[in-house]
Amino acid sequence: MSQRITIDPITRLEGHGKIEIFLDESGDVANTYFQVPELRGFESFCVGRPVEEMPLLTNRICGVCPEAHHMAAAKAADAVYHVDPPRTAKILRELLYSAFYVTDHATHFYALGGPDFVMGPDAPVAERNILGVIHKVGLEIAGKVIQARKYGHAVVEMIGGRKVHPCTSIPGGLTKGISEAQRAEILQMGTWAVEFGQFSLKLFNDIVLGNKAYADLIIGDIYTHRTYYMGMVDDHNHVNFYDGEVRVVDPDGQQFIKYAPAEYSTHIAEHVEPWTYLKFPYLKGVGWKGFVDGKDSGVYMATPLSRLNAADGMATPLAQQEYQKFYETLGGKPVHQRLATHWARLIELLYAAERWVELASDPEASSPHFHAIPSEEPTEGVGIVEAPRGTLTHHYWTDERGILTRVNLIVGTTNNYAPMSMSINKAARSLIRKGTIVSEGLLNMVEMAFRAYDPCFGCATHSLPGRMPLEITIRDPQGGPIRVLSQYCE
Amino acid sequence: MTNETFEPTIIGFTCNWCSYRAADLAGTSRLKYPANIRLIRLMCSGRLDPTFVFKAIASGADGVMITGCHPGECHYLEQNYKALRRFQLMRRTLQGLGLEPARLKLVWASAAEGAKFAAEVAAFVEEIRALGPLHWGKSNGRLADAPALSLPADAAEPEGEVEVAA
Amino acid sequence: MTSKPKFAMYWAASCGGCEIAVLNIHEKILDVDANFDVVFWPVAMDAKYKDVESMADGSILLTLFNGGIRNEENEHMARLLRKKSQILVAFGSCANEGCIPGLANLRDSGSIVETAFHTITTDPLNGSAPVMEFEAAEGRLHIPSILPTLRTLADVVEVDYFMPGCPPESEQIAAVIDLVVQVLQGKAELPPKGSVIGAGNSTVCDECQRKRNVKTIQSFDRIWAVASDPDLCLLEQGIPCNGPATRSGCNARCPAAGAQCIGCYGPAEGVLDYGARLISSFASVVDATDPEEIDRILDGLPDPTGQFYRFNLAGSLLKAGRPAWEKDTA
Repeated sequence: MSQRITIDPITRLEGHGKIEIFLDESGDVANTYFQVPELRGFESFCVGRPVEEMPLLTNRICGVCPEAHHMAAAKAADAVYHVDPPRTAKILRELLYSAFYVTDHATHFYALGGPDFVMGPDAPVAERNILGVIHKVGLEIAGKVIQARKYGHAVVEMIGGRKVHPCTSIPGGLTKGISEAQRAEILQMGTWAVEFGQFSLKLFNDIVLGNKAYADLIIGDIYTHRTYYMGMVDDHNHVNFYDGEVRVVDPDGQQFIKYAPAEYSTHIAEHVEPWTYLKFPYLKGVGWKGFVDGKDSGVYMATPLSRLNAADGMATPLAQQEYQKFYETLGGKPVHQRLATHWARLIELLYAAERWVELASDPEASSPHFHAIPSEEPTEGVGIVEAPRGTLTHHYWTDERGILTRVNLIVGTTNNYAPMSMSINKAARSLIRKGTIVSEGLLNMVEMAFRAYDPCFGCATHSLPGRMPLEITIRDPQGGPIRVLSQYCE
Repeated sequence: MTNETFEPTIIGFTCNWCSYRAADLAGTSRLKYPANIRLIRLMCSGRLDPTFVFKAIASGADGVMITGCHPGECHYLEQNYKALRRFQLMRRTLQGLGLEPARLKLVWASAAEGAKFAAEVAAFVEEIRALGPLHWGKSNGRLADAPALSLPADAAEPEGEVEVAA
Repeated sequence: MTSKPKFAMYWAASCGGCEIAVLNIHEKILDVDANFDVVFWPVAMDAKYKDVESMADGSILLTLFNGGIRNEENEHMARLLRKKSQILVAFGSCANEGCIPGLANLRDSGSIVETAFHTITTDPLNGSAPVMEFEAAEGRLHIPSILPTLRTLADVVEVDYFMPGCPPESEQIAAVIDLVVQVLQGKAELPPKGSVIGAGNSTVCDECQRKRNVKTIQSFDRIWAVASDPDLCLLEQGIPCNGPATRSGCNARCPAAGAQCIGCYGPAEGVLDYGARLISSFASVVDATDPEEIDRILDGLPDPTGQFYRFNLAGSLLKAGRPAWEKDTA
């Protein structure tokens, strides 16, 4: 019977999760289990609802990225009705989505991931959070992040009707358009967002890349996994968040598959384990071989890093320059070091801002032709978008009235459940060995393995008061506690 | 408890001008109708707020009967049509919640139709008796006592199309 | 250790939208930080359940609890936070009335897991189905059991205040924080216990800018099937809008954006059962007296149960559909 370390709850994941680390007799890690204890049942209770409600119902899967579900649902509902929305509707939907991406990626970088780099993993725990970042680089930063969030949500509200849980997508397009004045306002905000994206990358360059210790951390082995990478691309194999085909490259960077949304179930399956409610997607063409790396394992990742790896480049000029610099610095494609995801995220932020400007500059954005009434009988449809945290798939079947008879969802973070589990496992094994004292440093390093994936809740920040209360209990084989390590637990 | 010994609890909403008087007439004519029904008098069937029906069910009624004046004879002219429309929409909604449509009944009865009223009540009681008790929200004990969830060890066949909730 | 009053925010079975709504008060979040000691807020800081358990009863001044009670962990945390908090607020639609996850109450809870693990992309179970207690090679693993129905917070513990909305609008959250800060400073009083806070006292129709006439509905239409008039009442045009029974406070944002109100603010003041009231108002304006004609018009509502109880099922009088609580007597 082995020793056991429980970390409960894990924060910065959708709802609740916990990690169990088992040690063997010699004090090395025998195994780790990352459990997700939640299940609300959307695939069940959406059956019986009219399909046009899905952009509204599935918003409530995640209130941080409802825009992602809203768009995937909108596209799936269009597919169910075999209707092609007018160009204006597509422009407006992607415009909303681009602004949302800027907001969401900014929140994650500045409040979640950034502190690890801006302050450094060796910095005192009390400073390793957004407040520390503000003290180090100034209140101006906080102001810019708030501005980015305000602007992004303003665009979401103008096109989507509300800041949280947008309501304007219907089969065939939207319930409203925007005026010329609104288009001009959105364009102005987008121009600011591009500057914000450049500012963020410069910050990363100066503070992170300019520091050898941090740069070494990024390319270190503890957080490196060689897996398949998934992301949506357009006709030129450039990253696109809103529409295109899904492309997967192998650990060497070669294209493995590229599929249209309707074909997803040919290529993706979900593995089940009895100790968790979340499933583990994997590539059917390779097969489930367990929680292992490599070309022979069907495990794949879907994150900003994956999207950059799976694509040939970025569709906008400034982001493309950054893309090239990214791979030159890190030694070519694909990049396997998970901490580089933080950098990839900022490149995506810049692209999203440039795309925001592009779309808002299109005169058709303010046209009144934002809806086409569906005329075909509804049957079945798939809608895929890139959620900030990974490829998001909605698949609906309906009866002849458009009432749902079946629903299948593969949600962004779910794609990464196996990679996350592996990252935690690897970090734990690297850091806990026979005789190791389980210390605060270990706690943070395990967290960093986890945090790079930006699990579904982008607003999960570090501790507001600047401290991370955490307790780890080490138990003897009978289950009695032999040591309790805690920090900032009152 | 078998169906033969089950005594349904019925709530009956009657309108002051026609159907309540019909119930009254049944009484004065010594026409027996089952005591299973508890009558609640409204000034008009149009006064029936669906909330009353839902409350009755939530409080343990096995069936609900709504009665009013014949179409065209409403004391307040047109309000029994509202009762009709609400009745029809309520039945559809409750069907989606798993309630058999037959547990909700609408009867038009004029003040002179004491015999009809009594007969309708008696028939309804037997219909409900055949359907069995409702006991909304309660089955095999309180909700909180339901066993914790677990699936069988052996795999079930993947399902085909999932049935749409009626 | 500070002497500021303690604040907590917790999510049960929720989506995180309430947390985002709180963060969208932007600079005002610093007011929260300045006036309170945030002791437990899983989205924002890493305090654990053990920390809450070790707090003295009643030591948390204000707890905002969002999310519905779906599993045993949610229920445990509801009871725990009730014990540890002086003021417990049911925050957001899930905690108030169940919200969208409450629709799971239309079926029995087994079907939630059943459906999730029988999708077309899920590997056949082969015995690897999720179970509450699992004997891994190294030790026993536990995940919380799913309760038979999703319940509201008030169904489980006593609630002091109710703040509806999916999510509550950020300016209302800011106003409530302002009020609490004023109360702390002795400049204002808390409303009576049991009050609804943050939202309005009327209905969405009251806030809606669209023109209204006497409604005579001869057909109900799906919103995508017609080119609707942006200035005229949606319900009047036959598009099912839940405004008449829904609490105000949102400025009728959705009708302003061309979409029907779906009812995310819950029942208006004085409404005991949200769905029942909507049935009443929809039926009242149907323009027919013949049963068959009425049926024909009502056929235009393909999912009345979902239409009328979309957010409110768990908080309604009937709380759940029969499959959720009825077991075979055999």
